[in-house]
Amino acid sequence: MSTKTESWQRHGLFENKPFLMTVLVTVLISIGGLVEMIPLAAVKSNVPTIAEVTPYTPLELEGRDIYLREGCYNCHSQMIRPFRAETMRYGEYSRAGEFVYDHPFQWGSKRTGPDLARLGGKYPDAWHYRHMENPVATSAGSIMPRYPWLLEDTLDFALTQRKMKAMALMGVPYSKKQIADGKHEARQQAKEIVANLAQADIETTWDTEIVALIAYLQRLGVDGKRAFADGGDGSSDAAPAPAGAPAGGTHE
Amino acid sequence: MSESPPNQAPPDYDDATPQKFLLAAVLFGAVGMLVGLWAALELAFPALNFDLPWITFGRLRPLHTSAVVFAFAANIVFAGVYHSSQRLLGTRTASDLLSNIHFWGWQLVVVLVVITYPLGITQGKEYAELEWPLDILVALVWVAFAINFFWTIAIRKVKHLYVAIWFYIATVITIAVLHIVNGLAVPVSMTKSYSLFAGVQDALVQWWYGHNAVGFLLTTPFLGLMYYYLPKAAQRPVYSYRLSIVHFWSLVFIYIWAGPHHLHYTALPDWAQTLGMTFSLMLIAPSWGGMLNGLLTLRGAWERVRTDPILKFMVVAISFYGMSTLEGPIMSIRDVNALSHYTDWTIGHVHSGALGWVGMISFGMIYWLAPRLWKRDWALPKWLDAHFWLATIGIVFYIVPMWVGGIAQGLMWRAFNELGLLKYPDFTETVMALQPFYLLRALGGTLYLVGMVMLGINLAMTAFGRAPAPAPKEVAA
Repeated sequence: MSTKTESWQRHGLFENKPFLMTVLVTVLISIGGLVEMIPLAAVKSNVPTIAEVTPYTPLELEGRDIYLREGCYNCHSQMIRPFRAETMRYGEYSRAGEFVYDHPFQWGSKRTGPDLARLGGKYPDAWHYRHMENPVATSAGSIMPRYPWLLEDTLDFALTQRKMKAMALMGVPYSKKQIADGKHEARQQAKEIVANLAQADIETTWDTEIVALIAYLQRLGVDGKRAFADGGDGSSDAAPAPAGAPAGGTHE
Repeated sequence: MSESPPNQAPPDYDDATPQKFLLAAVLFGAVGMLVGLWAALELAFPALNFDLPWITFGRLRPLHTSAVVFAFAANIVFAGVYHSSQRLLGTRTASDLLSNIHFWGWQLVVVLVVITYPLGITQGKEYAELEWPLDILVALVWVAFAINFFWTIAIRKVKHLYVAIWFYIATVITIAVLHIVNGLAVPVSMTKSYSLFAGVQDALVQWWYGHNAVGFLLTTPFLGLMYYYLPKAAQRPVYSYRLSIVHFWSLVFIYIWAGPHHLHYTALPDWAQTLGMTFSLMLIAPSWGGMLNGLLTLRGAWERVRTDPILKFMVVAISFYGMSTLEGPIMSIRDVNALSHYTDWTIGHVHSGALGWVGMISFGMIYWLAPRLWKRDWALPKWLDAHFWLATIGIVFYIVPMWVGGIAQGLMWRAFNELGLLKYPDFTETVMALQPFYLLRALGGTLYLVGMVMLGINLAMTAFGRAPAPAPKEVAA
């Protein structure tokens, strides 16, 4: 009995030496994080490159910032899991290589509303406009809030170049020319969306927030969809497609 | 092991700091819970968004989570740490200046959060929405706290560090590491920055942070508080010294690995998911070690649990700790997670830990501590029991609908008809099915909030009331 007690009492070494205890705690809490993070960043095969995945356009980048600002990730995921029920509902499951330009990631953790990872191209631009104006108009029973201010407020694109520079600093391949032309390119892309909306009798200007948001939403998952369209994987990410999953089927 | 210092000549303890933190915790806690209730009601009645950008669900929900975690729970931790460390170390906190910088700096952060989140100023990372200037402010305030804490340890009169202090050390160190790494970002303007990490890496870093914020802000410091305030309230020594050693070190080591269980079946590589799941399952052992050490500390005092509302709060808290630390590992099993992920089951799980463990142990601590800090009896002593029952019933009304609704939701998403097509292809069908559960959850939240408001009124009347009643008998000890 006495020897047993003594071995436990050796812990008293730590109990009287706070510095030693602090050092040991620091070492112990570092191990798990390092073992998980370093290989993920260092080993290339963890995030196989997909050639079709390219950076967001300046307008999409601005639209994405509106998505962040409104906290859309609180109710919508952007991560389709490799289950038949998910690929049938949302389309091809998500791959690591599709998110390499997502600073920050927007996978979300909750589906109060549906997943948006492959939303791009699913509905016309006018649908998104009407949906943000009043979600119930396009989706009866929806509990999503209305976003009328997106239809009125304008973007000044004053930060667009700085945003692209910040992204370039972190390795997003924007060329100097692309950055210099950022605002101009945004305007060109916005005008196409404005023209699409006009066909549905929606009048808006190129610099309203909704236009940028639509640009972003229409981009979601599109590169991946193109990469996986031939039934292939588009990458060396060799996870087998789940049995019975259609290539890009949705429930429309 | 010693539970209190040899009290020859009690030093002049600083009780003003824990008093201030306690008041801030209760005030901001009530506000944070009200915001949560409003967000819950928005899901049941979307008209409550009122077409106002500042209070739409997407901006309100981060305000709720940050308020209850950083303004309620963290302020409770600070109150308890400043009060108990002085007693356990037998010395006054090293620097009143740092204590004040810590208090006012932290409350400044809270106020800035309340201003910036509704304006849509956010980094877009769950539980870490603070933009970069606020992140830096948090880091500086935390450093002030850490210096003050370790300085107090350095000048301590009691050489031996009691188990509560071990848990505080782990908290101070780990939260700093998590916050700094996850907050790394490239600024664009004063109100805008982009996370340094992208995609899969950002997801891993974020959930390493997110899960360990639960581990090291809502678990380890509260276990420390349990180890101090439970034996005090029960007037019984801690059950097992060995158990406290084993569960402390294993909890600290194992917790940090568990983050990837938030990313099961995502594009995160399988090996990382497997690590996350394995360590999550292992976490049952140290978690239950803490629970058992808490519950068994009450051996011989169970008679008093029936009559003493403070012990009732603590026993229910420890029971919920045990329950949610079993539920969590079960949900981290990949096949269970395939069903539970993205559903309201997760929300229910979080709240059994948050309302059940963090909330109830905080209430128990406050009800024991406030009369001693202000040297007065509770102004409304009968309200303690009423608060206990409101909170307990409120938790049940919160988590049961979230279990049932969440599992129903998950099953509806994966249901096929006889043709092999989705049985509920229209997502809004699954949304509408949840409406009754959202209503019940809001009822549970209302009950819990009413209890919280009663605590607030009681504390205000006790702390600021005119006629100080005689202090409780044990206060001199």
